[in-house]
Amino acid sequence: MASRKEIFFKGMKDGIPICTGYFAVSITLGIAARNAGLSVWQATLASILTNASAGEFAAFTMIAAGASYWELIVMEAVANARYLLMSCALSQKLSPATALHHRLRIGFGVTDEIFGVSVSVPGFLEPYYAYGAMSVALPGWAAGTCLGVLLGNILPLRAVSALSVGLYGMFVAIFIPPAKKDKIIGILVALSFAASFVFAKIPLFAAIPSGTRTILLTVALSLGAAILFPVHEEETEAANAK
Amino acid sequence: MQNNPYIYILAMAGVTYLIRVLPLTLIRKPIKNRVLRSFLYYVPYVTLAVMTFPAILDATQSTWSALAALVVAIALAWWGKSLFTVSVLCCVTVFLFELVLI
Repeated sequence: MASRKEIFFKGMKDGIPICTGYFAVSITLGIAARNAGLSVWQATLASILTNASAGEFAAFTMIAAGASYWELIVMEAVANARYLLMSCALSQKLSPATALHHRLRIGFGVTDEIFGVSVSVPGFLEPYYAYGAMSVALPGWAAGTCLGVLLGNILPLRAVSALSVGLYGMFVAIFIPPAKKDKIIGILVALSFAASFVFAKIPLFAAIPSGTRTILLTVALSLGAAILFPVHEEETEAANAK
Repeated sequence: MQNNPYIYILAMAGVTYLIRVLPLTLIRKPIKNRVLRSFLYYVPYVTLAVMTFPAILDATQSTWSALAALVVAIALAWWGKSLFTVSVLCCVTVFLFELVLI
């Protein structure tokens, strides 16, 4: 049985590649925060507290549009709905004896990548493994966001323009591999592109704030797919285990 | 921005934390409802796809550089490249296109 310290160090080691990836991607997020009118401190604080790429990006977009607090809350819940699924899966990975304070702390760091390494450890997840990974990976996210705001202020327009697509690139890299494997997801992604384009370009729909459009389209398309093509238990588990 | 940024920040952090921590603390059994499971399974892909397109087209100085980045991203992701690689090469694509276009 490995000691707590060894388990923590193992987590730290697995957190290193996550940290470097976060650092690069969150620079783009910092630029989005800057465009939304947030200061360096506010953007960094948002990343320290939230640690969510799509969630923060969606929130910054809504802040930029001057959305109401309620719109932001609903948008945040939809953009981060996948963490609900991941946390459900992770709850199965914890020993039933895991104390509440551990559950409360592990919950803070359920990101796509930390979830990914946490579910891949053999047997029950030791809380100290997750803490090790979080201690290395999460500062990379906050530091990158901070740097993004600063760079956004000094970099030439050409560079800011290039960095602005980084986060979209990451989104594409998240939804394309499952779309390749699962035909239904592939069709759903194509439909999402088409519906989103129509909603953005047709004046009647374009009048709806963009965050609200995202919520409506996500709920409608996902619910439709869930009713028409409910997945088998093994499929969702396979997706959770990635 | 008319509203208080700190309330926005606390709202996004609070909602995100609740989403992450509630299942870990409350749900100790797997979700059985098939439609709900399926809905949760599809949501992340749909929401990311909706947020990406057509918004990416307005993210850069030129619609064409952004469209090129999108095509590059889809191709690289299709070939199984990592999030990091796809993300960086998207930025490089926009940079190179705009060197020529603008």
